[in-house]
Amino acid sequence: MNTIALVGNPNSGKTTLFNALTGSNQHVGNWPGVTVEKKEGQLKYNGVLYNIVDLPGTYSLGAYSEDEVVARDYIVKGNPDVVINVVDATNIERNLYLTTQLMEMGSNVVVALNMMDEAKGKNIEINLEKLSNNLGIPIIPTVAAKRKGVGKLIEKTTEIINNNKNLDYQLFSYGEEIDKEIQELKSLLKGSDLDYPTQWIAIKALEGDKEVLEHIKNKKEVTEKLATLGDKATDYELEIVDKRYEFIGNIVNKSVKSPVDSKETLTDKIDKIVVNKYLGIPIFGLIMYTVFQLTFVIGSDLFGGYVEGWMESLGDCVNVFLINTGAPNWLVSFITEGIIGGVGAVVVFVPLIMTLYFFLGILEDTGYMSRAAYVMDGIMRALGLHGKTFISMIVGFGCNVPGIMSTRTLENKKDRMIAILINPFMSCGARIPIYLVFIAAFFPNNGGLVLFALYFLGIIVALIMGKIFSKTLFKGESSNFIMELPPYRLPSMRSVLRDMWDKVWEFLKRAGTIIFAVVTILWILSVLPLGVEQYSQESLLGKIGTIIAPIFAPAGFGTWQASVSLFAGIAAKEAVVAILGMVYAGAAEGAELITAIQGVFTPLTALSFIVMVLLYTPCAATIATVKKETNSYKWAIFMVVYPFVIAWIGAVLVYQVGTILGF
Amino acid sequence: MEEKAMILLKPNEIGRIKEITGCGNIRKRLSELGLRRGVQIKMLKNDYGPLIISIAGSKLALGRGIASKITIQN
Repeated sequence: MNTIALVGNPNSGKTTLFNALTGSNQHVGNWPGVTVEKKEGQLKYNGVLYNIVDLPGTYSLGAYSEDEVVARDYIVKGNPDVVINVVDATNIERNLYLTTQLMEMGSNVVVALNMMDEAKGKNIEINLEKLSNNLGIPIIPTVAAKRKGVGKLIEKTTEIINNNKNLDYQLFSYGEEIDKEIQELKSLLKGSDLDYPTQWIAIKALEGDKEVLEHIKNKKEVTEKLATLGDKATDYELEIVDKRYEFIGNIVNKSVKSPVDSKETLTDKIDKIVVNKYLGIPIFGLIMYTVFQLTFVIGSDLFGGYVEGWMESLGDCVNVFLINTGAPNWLVSFITEGIIGGVGAVVVFVPLIMTLYFFLGILEDTGYMSRAAYVMDGIMRALGLHGKTFISMIVGFGCNVPGIMSTRTLENKKDRMIAILINPFMSCGARIPIYLVFIAAFFPNNGGLVLFALYFLGIIVALIMGKIFSKTLFKGESSNFIMELPPYRLPSMRSVLRDMWDKVWEFLKRAGTIIFAVVTILWILSVLPLGVEQYSQESLLGKIGTIIAPIFAPAGFGTWQASVSLFAGIAAKEAVVAILGMVYAGAAEGAELITAIQGVFTPLTALSFIVMVLLYTPCAATIATVKKETNSYKWAIFMVVYPFVIAWIGAVLVYQVGTILGF
Repeated sequence: MEEKAMILLKPNEIGRIKEITGCGNIRKRLSELGLRRGVQIKMLKNDYGPLIISIAGSKLALGRGIASKITIQN
């Protein structure tokens, strides 16, 4: 099957175009070995199927970030039949930089000159024919958001594929000296069986591209030749970049007319308020608070409540059905508590995740998120963190799994690692039921205050740990803040919904399978050895609890029951309340549990317990996500141990100090 | 014609980039975003936190550290 690759700057409308081309025939995965998203889809045209790969949005195809390497490796090694280069018509010069690099790679390029409507709005006049002729590349004007020009784009692209045309363009000059070096390197490289075209390797080598240099390090003659350049090497690097822009500049001068002074746009007007020194943060706070509230009201209370109800009814129905058909007790228990319980633990969460992703998606699509990162950067930087880190923290309040995944937007490794490591202190949605039970039992009149204090504590600990990590584990320069602020655009519902669905699906696959597996394992531990009373101290689960209980004694809750439920919480935080109920004499949730807890905890130990819950080891799904996003077991294990230590210190402090103070 | 660091520009001031000092990586990254010698920029915001400038068709936010390494001529 023929393949078409999509390449373009971030915010150029590439994803919108991808959606327009593939409709619902899409599939999101991961490029192997990296955490870069791989989006593939299919297009059917004139009865023929084409594979479309949406490469990550990049400004360039160097070797600076995983995104860039993935994109260019695919183009150069994966050999797509055509590369559609999405170019933002309101920002042609910078967008064409990528195009020049595609030309250097010798790909078949078609330019989709997108956002033509916005260009028109800005009174930018483009002579398409001249531009196309000078570049030597076909150019199709499009407005992907309105599906204009898409048909023509597909036509042209498939035409190129069917005619097996190899687009033939003059590569531009890099100046006499460099051109000569390129030719000499090319002849030295001739005949070698490298994966890439020699012209491209020569240019990249002169540009000091780390990956390419690594690739040719065994070619003695070439590396020697490069070594002879000495100091000139850095000059060449910059010169090559300049020459690309010179080429672009010449063409653009001849074919594009932009008005000299741009008027203040709506975007500018909005930005005046939104990034204002004094208003910026409060506005951000307000927007986030609203998103938060909406997410919890719609996602958790409304839908979560319904889903919970359905799962319960399902459980009851199945229960009755199985008993009536004479199924053995253990099977009934396994199916209703184990399987349905396990599935239920995950499914109940889906409405919350969906709503969270929906609203965040809208904010992202409008372009506001970059302003949010900007506004928070000032404060975050004082704490040694990046502005974008705050966004991942906000997402973490919903669930730590998407919270950690959202750290992908942090380009600098150090910033990203720190953001991942502090995310679990953002109290996720699954812990709320635990707080609520203890609040109902001991602080019924101060619920709001206790909740707020908990969230606040979580944030403080996160920021402190962030600062500590910044100075110790990840010493070294923090990244510089360089970010584009795209114009505000109306969100495309189609894109937002599709994105939301993709992310929910990824959550289900990742978190779902793990939570389900672990809850099932817990169930098994609770009923073994055979014949034991379920959830009693004699069960395997109970035995585990008894063994680890002494650890929690200094915190005031060194009982096997408390230990068991905390242990269960490592599986999934949702399990804590359920297990608490089970181990305290089989009490179900609700009033019985509250009474049972009141009999075993005191207000002080309740407090230290929930501090423990707030800060300790995150759920297995989160650990798995950390492992995946960092590609290392070491960090996953660290993520198990260090929050536990912090939580233990916190809980013990609360209890001991409280005891001294006479509570 | 004056020369000064970008970080000293006031809002609405326009100038051309004369020089970018600093390590190669940053220079490269900036040039990929269109910030190179000879390019005209307009300062939009310079009070607290990263600067915001407009360049050709886009708006960029730049950390103060970077802005202090860019010399503008106007």
